[in-house]
Amino acid sequence: MFKDVEHLIRLAVLMAIALIAFVTLRALVVPHSFGEYGHYRGDAIAEIAGRPAAFAGHDICEACHADVLEQKKQGKHVVVPCEACHGAQAKHADDPASVKPAKLDTAVICARCHEANSAKPKDFPQVDTADHSGGLACGTCHQPHRPKIETAAVTNSATEGPK
Amino acid sequence: MDITRRRLLLLLPAAAVAWKYVQAGTPEAAPNYKLTEHWWGMLIDIPKCIGCGSCVRACAEENDVPEGYYRTWIERYHVADWKIERPDVESPNGGKQGFPPNEIGGKNFFVPKLCNHCADSPCTQVCPVGATFVTPDGVVLVDKSYCLGCRYCVQACPYGCRFINPKTDTAEKCTLCYHRITKGLTTACCEVCPTGARQLADLKNPKDPIHEFMRTHAVQVLKPHMATGAKVFYNGMDGSVR
Repeated sequence: MFKDVEHLIRLAVLMAIALIAFVTLRALVVPHSFGEYGHYRGDAIAEIAGRPAAFAGHDICEACHADVLEQKKQGKHVVVPCEACHGAQAKHADDPASVKPAKLDTAVICARCHEANSAKPKDFPQVDTADHSGGLACGTCHQPHRPKIETAAVTNSATEGPK
Repeated sequence: MDITRRRLLLLLPAAAVAWKYVQAGTPEAAPNYKLTEHWWGMLIDIPKCIGCGSCVRACAEENDVPEGYYRTWIERYHVADWKIERPDVESPNGGKQGFPPNEIGGKNFFVPKLCNHCADSPCTQVCPVGATFVTPDGVVLVDKSYCLGCRYCVQACPYGCRFINPKTDTAEKCTLCYHRITKGLTTACCEVCPTGARQLADLKNPKDPIHEFMRTHAVQVLKPHMATGAKVFYNGMDGSVR
């Protein structure tokens, strides 16, 4: 029926080889998890999820420092998470013996939140630190975990110092 | 069927491909975390934000964000009495060191910003290689090993949430601390927020407090007219916020 049918067979074989080469190359080049969830590498999700965390989370802190939590519960700072002031402490939580958190400078830390600014909510306690303490560190008078000064306890808290 | 030399040669590549799939197996998922059971978003309570910059610092530390680039940042809005449509917006160093005092009239407030983890995100749609995507639990991520650094996504994001990391030359953005939320922790920014202005929200969890909050408050997303399906919800947002 066809003349020179071997030409067609040769063409078909060539196309088959090209197809196989394409499929093979694609399998080598495209990661196996590509398309698992969509048009991306499915393994990337697990890779990104597998990174270690730097912030331990306040639940971990409170598991050991229950005394600080009790102190915080007596004041408004109960809502402030530990690492808001103390910084990332996952390394300390993993190895409390050798990794010690740095001592904080209350003159810097407190002002970050409480320095007066017209854009802050009106009901948020704010001070002009230079005017309020004249350069003294906040921890001189205030106990950071329970910052409200009871009139009788002013002299005591000064000697107690920040915890 | 006889195995001739020709047939064997044809079969070998196909067998090699099949064997590669057998060898690869299925990737291990994180224990106890099911991708299909979550749909992550965030709630930002603007009247609670004090602009302390804790979130910006925590984000930089948690995610090793290069200096001068921000995955989250805080903007200070100043709306003068007579120009509600043209607010003055500033964000010195992303608000990382807080904001210098300003005693001015008008309306002043802080707006924390981050990736909105859009359900129909413009940034993932433009990626030519499939390096950025929305996960089944609703987080927009970048596959660093696949990103070419072509910057299409950077210009596509209507919220300006993406940048090119100068060290890796790949696109980078907020991951909603994916490495934390998949382990049951909250994001670094939510963890350190002293006033609770930021709350991580699992929209698929009926017990998440966000549902009660959204029922009882007027909550809005940024640029709703762009229909991006943004999942960072803002409470108490002024009309001047862009």
